[in-house]
Amino acid sequence: MKITLPVDKKSKDANISSNLGRAPYFLFYDTETEEYNFMDNSAASSQGGAGIKAAQNILDNGAEAIIAPRCGQNAANVFMTAGIKIYKNISNSISENIAALKEGKLTPLDDIHPGFHQHGGRQ
Amino acid sequence: MKIAVLSGKGGTGKTLLSVNLAAVSPASFYIDCDVEEPNGHLFFKPQDIKTEKVNVKIPQVDQELCNGCRVCVDFCRFNALVYVIDKLIVFNEICHSCGGCRLLCRKKAISEIDKEIGVVQSGKSENVRVLTGILKPGEPSGVPIIKKLLQDEGQENEDVFIDCPPGSACVVMESIKDADYCILVAEPTIFGVHNLDMVYELVRIFHIPYGVVLNKCLEEEENPAEDYCLKNNIPILGKIPFDIELGRLNSNGEIVARKQAKYRELFQNLLNKVKKEVQHETASNT
Repeated sequence: MKITLPVDKKSKDANISSNLGRAPYFLFYDTETEEYNFMDNSAASSQGGAGIKAAQNILDNGAEAIIAPRCGQNAANVFMTAGIKIYKNISNSISENIAALKEGKLTPLDDIHPGFHQHGGRQ
Repeated sequence: MKIAVLSGKGGTGKTLLSVNLAAVSPASFYIDCDVEEPNGHLFFKPQDIKTEKVNVKIPQVDQELCNGCRVCVDFCRFNALVYVIDKLIVFNEICHSCGGCRLLCRKKAISEIDKEIGVVQSGKSENVRVLTGILKPGEPSGVPIIKKLLQDEGQENEDVFIDCPPGSACVVMESIKDADYCILVAEPTIFGVHNLDMVYELVRIFHIPYGVVLNKCLEEEENPAEDYCLKNNIPILGKIPFDIELGRLNSNGEIVARKQAKYRELFQNLLNKVKKEVQHETASNT
């Protein structure tokens, strides 16, 4: 299964990014082959609709599941339509979360927020 | 004569000024372009209200015709379109109605349908024709409503007062772009100077003649906004005092110039000054 995590740098010791749509990078990880690669999130600099564009990029890259601390309503709608599962992370560590997913210890994310849409402060 | 009243932030007195200037004019047309929170009508309490819907176009997809090329998805700078599995999905509330997706679709899979984003209400309050734009909550842009409001250019004998939204963003530019003159309302604080600076820059970019009304003035107190005007040679049209009685009447939804002779005189003097400035500007531009 191919999974995606929003991360703050292109490294395996990166932290999981708190924002999905505007995360700087995405990590794609294949649970069978254990191969991984990083992708720049071209949605991060969007004027608007970053969550939607990020979701499009994630599903275009063949992810079947996402591990993230939270997700906006618009992106969640895209993932739901595409049948992509969203799990809540247990820590900021990439390896801990991947291990937990393999052991079936992650729970589905229920923190779907209506979006910050220019009210979340500048980062 | 079309006069726009603007300021860099909310609560400086745009509505106080535009409502009362309209009230002292013999025949006037008050247009509330602050469509996210229009409040001029609370003062005028206009009669014979007529309501007209304002629609924008949003894309509608024929999934049978769509071949999934994604030209529209890549084009939309607001990211209002996604292609999921084998279906094109539109996020209506993100769409800014530019129509680009329909134009670019080679398969003609995108048509347009109307979406109501708000209304304009017209009415009458004694000598003032009142027009109010009301945007539905959650809509991305009030510009289409403002365009609709400003289609009515006013009658020959009317003084037109455009009560702008706060700030200096697209909605303000749309509100002032055909104005003959801009009145900038400023508060006597350092923060007020910062906000005045924003709109001062804006009116210069638009090459519209301008003047400042200093609101909430305290006698014998420092007024950073006044200092700023003097430093930059910005014409000061007049001052409105920090006056508890005026504030109380205004906060109760009263038009102060219709309530008390002294306030009528205050705003009449301001209107005379503005008219003189507008004439002067018109003369010097020809």
